[in-house]
Amino acid sequence: MAHEETVYDALDHAHGGEGQWAFGTGFDEPLAGVDTTVPEGIDPADLGAYCLMLGDDALVLAQRLTAWMTDAPELEEEVAFGNIALDLLGQARLLLARAGSVGVLGRSRDRATAAIPDEDALAYFRDPDEFRNTGLVEGTGGDFGQTMVRLLVASTVRLAVFARLRESRDPVLAAIAAKGVNELTYHRDHAARWVLRLGDGTAESHRRVQAGVDAVWPLLGDLFSATDVETRLTTAGVAVDPAGVRHEVRDVLTTVLGQATVTVPEWPADVAPAGRTGRHSAELTELLAELQGLARQHPAATW
Amino acid sequence: MTAALTPPPGQSRDFGRKDPRAVAETVTDPELPMLTLADLGVLRDVRSEDGTVVVEITPTYSGCPAMGVMRADLVHALHRAGFPDVDVRTVLSPAWSTDWISADGRRKLAAGGIAPPGDAPARATGPIPLSLGPTRRTAACPVCGSSDTVEQSEFSATACKALRRCRACGEPFEHVKEI
Repeated sequence: MAHEETVYDALDHAHGGEGQWAFGTGFDEPLAGVDTTVPEGIDPADLGAYCLMLGDDALVLAQRLTAWMTDAPELEEEVAFGNIALDLLGQARLLLARAGSVGVLGRSRDRATAAIPDEDALAYFRDPDEFRNTGLVEGTGGDFGQTMVRLLVASTVRLAVFARLRESRDPVLAAIAAKGVNELTYHRDHAARWVLRLGDGTAESHRRVQAGVDAVWPLLGDLFSATDVETRLTTAGVAVDPAGVRHEVRDVLTTVLGQATVTVPEWPADVAPAGRTGRHSAELTELLAELQGLARQHPAATW
Repeated sequence: MTAALTPPPGQSRDFGRKDPRAVAETVTDPELPMLTLADLGVLRDVRSEDGTVVVEITPTYSGCPAMGVMRADLVHALHRAGFPDVDVRTVLSPAWSTDWISADGRRKLAAGGIAPPGDAPARATGPIPLSLGPTRRTAACPVCGSSDTVEQSEFSATACKALRRCRACGEPFEHVKEI
């Protein structure tokens, strides 16, 4: 029997050397056949950077939610987390592929082999300072109550942004958003019903969800602050100014928390964007180490 | 809905063999094998362009993991039917809706023990209203036909289904949820 360097080499060999890259979701090109021409007057570098912001939010939140598999209080909730994470992962793939289609790949392309698709190169071969997700989604989840609060806030903001992005001048982004709106509506309602059930439930569930709200609220400080990229793209009719969704987000959160008998903390003052400009907590580094470690150790593995 | 698959005029005359549309319409969904991709409304168009069969498919959900298998199955079926040049393209817009599942597809779902969806929610422009109450969806039990069923979870074994239980016969069943 021939000596194989790793188990991946062995699997590849067994498939006649035509194996797929071992770690990605890239068994299929998510934008195959989609016209990725950038409309006149849109800066491709800005468009790609914006797609990374929205894609990274989804990728990182999906990874956090997946950590609940085998650990949720009910089997049905594990299935729910798995489904929500899968929707978000699908949105992330489309958005990262869109970034790749306009050539925004950062340093990932230098590290990933040519056989690795763009969206996988972006997911697995960027360092934490190249990620553009907000701080809201990267923190460890805390307990089930805090996870639901975080999911409620994240899906409320994302749904408000995506609903507006359906009118984006980039037709690819508009199509991704229109599809995402249908999915995010389910996510937000699911999280909202859980926050309602826990907040208006037992003394212990109320205490926990209130603690979750208190822990998550400081992370809202940079959610409504635009980066220069978002400001330019909003003017160009491509992106959504996050400041423009503030009232809708506050209305939704106030309604849910009010019915849940949870006290709404003071809204944090606006601060400059942190995660959107690559400034992250150590928690993202740990998350990415887990997400990327194996792929980086065997960058050419196929099976 | 298959009504959206109107062939361009003269399309079937481009090939002296089988109609490529008829071939593509026989390909089944990898996760709901009782349905064809046409029944499911995922097959959006089949046409010929300069001797190449162009097939358009749309994902049900953004994260649908079956797209690669659908693509491979379509290519394989068309190759076998004598069409060497096949190009399967993804279309993202308009987004898939359960309203596109054909009447035949709904009958096949029910016969396979899965409750078919009701009407999809209207797609309005502007802010999406919050829905805090229990879901109002109803679905008849595919086992005994009773309408006395209750939702266990809005999420199930695949992205497109919810989990329900029949209070009359006690059986759990899946329901393709409206989107």
